[in-house]
Amino acid sequence: MMDNKTVWGVLAQFETTHDIYHACEKVRDAGYKKWDAHAPFPVHGLDKAMGLKPSVLPWMVLVAGTTGATLAIWFMIWVSAYDYPLNIGGKPTWSIPAFIPVMFEVTILFSALTTAFGMFFLNRLPTWNHPTFSSKAFERATDDKFFIVIESSDPAFDMNKTQSLLKSAGASHFEVLEN
Amino acid sequence: MVVKAAQMQPEMVGGIARGDMVFPEDLVKREELIRGPQDFHSITERVCQMAETPFLQTPRGWMIGFACASSIAAMFVCLIGYLIWEGIGIWGNSNPVFWAFDIINFVFWVGIGHAGTLISAILFLLRQKWRTSINRYSEAMTIFAVICAGIFPGIHVGRIWTIYWLFPVPNQMDMWPNFRSPLLWDLFAVGTYFTVSLVFWYVGLVPDIATLRDRAKNNIAKYAYGIAALGWRGSMRHWLHYERAYLLLAALATPLVLSVHSVVSFDFAVAQLPGWHTSIFPPYFVAGAIFSGFAMVQTLMLPARKWLGLKDIVTMKHIENMNKIILVTGTMVGYAYAMEFFIAWYSGNEYESFAFINRAFGPYAWAYWTMVTCNVITPQLFWFKKLRTSIAVSFVLSIFVNIGMWFERFVITVTSLNRDFLPSSWHYYQPTIFDGLFLLGSFGLFFTLFLLFIRYLPAIAMSEVKAVLPMANPHWGEKHDG
Repeated sequence: MMDNKTVWGVLAQFETTHDIYHACEKVRDAGYKKWDAHAPFPVHGLDKAMGLKPSVLPWMVLVAGTTGATLAIWFMIWVSAYDYPLNIGGKPTWSIPAFIPVMFEVTILFSALTTAFGMFFLNRLPTWNHPTFSSKAFERATDDKFFIVIESSDPAFDMNKTQSLLKSAGASHFEVLEN
Repeated sequence: MVVKAAQMQPEMVGGIARGDMVFPEDLVKREELIRGPQDFHSITERVCQMAETPFLQTPRGWMIGFACASSIAAMFVCLIGYLIWEGIGIWGNSNPVFWAFDIINFVFWVGIGHAGTLISAILFLLRQKWRTSINRYSEAMTIFAVICAGIFPGIHVGRIWTIYWLFPVPNQMDMWPNFRSPLLWDLFAVGTYFTVSLVFWYVGLVPDIATLRDRAKNNIAKYAYGIAALGWRGSMRHWLHYERAYLLLAALATPLVLSVHSVVSFDFAVAQLPGWHTSIFPPYFVAGAIFSGFAMVQTLMLPARKWLGLKDIVTMKHIENMNKIILVTGTMVGYAYAMEFFIAWYSGNEYESFAFINRAFGPYAWAYWTMVTCNVITPQLFWFKKLRTSIAVSFVLSIFVNIGMWFERFVITVTSLNRDFLPSSWHYYQPTIFDGLFLLGSFGLFFTLFLLFIRYLPAIAMSEVKAVLPMANPHWGEKHDG
């Protein structure tokens, strides 16, 4: 038996998307909260099998895009009508239609950067070190194998019960991860 | 149990009712997306093969290609230095043709960039699964093409020390750039386009770089891929946000890609010059950009799939689909050429009519008919299935389209300028040797970057290809009863 203080969690390997899908359903139904599944590609429907909530990313992007549009249009109006008004071809200083292209591009720029950096922020990346990286088998999580990791800090965690749950779910390989 | 008569299926045998016709195989057999008995691991092996080849065992073909391309790129750098030292007088630009190879090359390269975003964003939104085999290097191609494009406006300003006038900052007189000018819109469009393409590409690369990290044998590769992979570990909680981000980026890049070449076309269309001042320009430029971009993808892809051993991942179905898009967009471009002439005549404006007659029958008729041959006539060969599924024909025609689309920009720019309103200033523009060398140099830079990319990064989006394999579906092989 391992010393529970140094145990970070347990890792179970699965061979197919079918196995991991049903295993995730079992872990979810057993009431675990601090756990994760790992796959080399997003397995369709696995978020539902895990009981994950939809991403909040679209709302962040909406805010960023609106900010970009507003900033851009007011900046151009301020520059062209107040800070240094120039008569260009007799056009009015508030020539809104001429400002649309730049406003559009700035909206896209703000939204896209927020999408990328927001995604990395929500995922807490970059995180160059993680207990799972100590496992040799886990190297294939980005190749062709599927994993479930249950953290020992989960209230429902019990070494024997958790282990037998994962084994009954069809795990082909089992490892204890240490901190 | 009450069953209505209409629902009763008498004498069911293995799910087939009497009266159903039974065929030995599917009526229409579709070419598979991914060929051969592939599984997740074999995809990884195939795609990582090139990146994992040790330095000393680099294929000779790559070495020769890289030596040529990087020499030409080095020449390009020296030429830019000479241009800044000597001034843009080394080019052939002269009254009244003050805009020539610099803008032609800019529009040419930006146009090529469009295919990458189209494949990665628009085909993604349209759920075209075949894109997964070709999106990665099309996106890479986009970025490298936009880098080449951005160089030309950057170096053509003559007084390089005032380059900051391009940017929205006040100059020494506290004046701002003119936000009503298409040239400034262009800066925002191309700048945003480059940034968004780069972000889109990198976000797509992260899971695949993590694969290379986990397989890396030597320490340099481990650290380099390790840092770039940001600690990606395929967590499903991460994939959830990741997939949402990818969808959002695709949704943002789609209107962006349509806007970029529209804004580029405004550089011309907002001017009042006959031949440029046409409202068809934005859609016509976008169609032309997609046309040229797909041709460049073919030019790069057909040799690369052979050299990298990716014939099972990039199959004939991909090549044929690409050729179909080339055919469609080529026909759109042909329609635009015809419509320009029709409007020139129908408008009854003699300057407009003159500009177009001059275009087709004036001193640059040779350029015009080169353009028509390459862009309108030869792509029509793709109506024949035999020709569009021939690799040799596809490659040759893609080169034709590249040439034709460069000439399109040449025709639009030079023929509209060389005979301006005052006949005494008419001038037959001729490029100098430097114009040619700058164009060649930009190709050198493009191929240098592209060769580095296929050598050290996964040229195929592994995680996406794996996701379209049949066994990626968690319900694959399950029996559906009743």
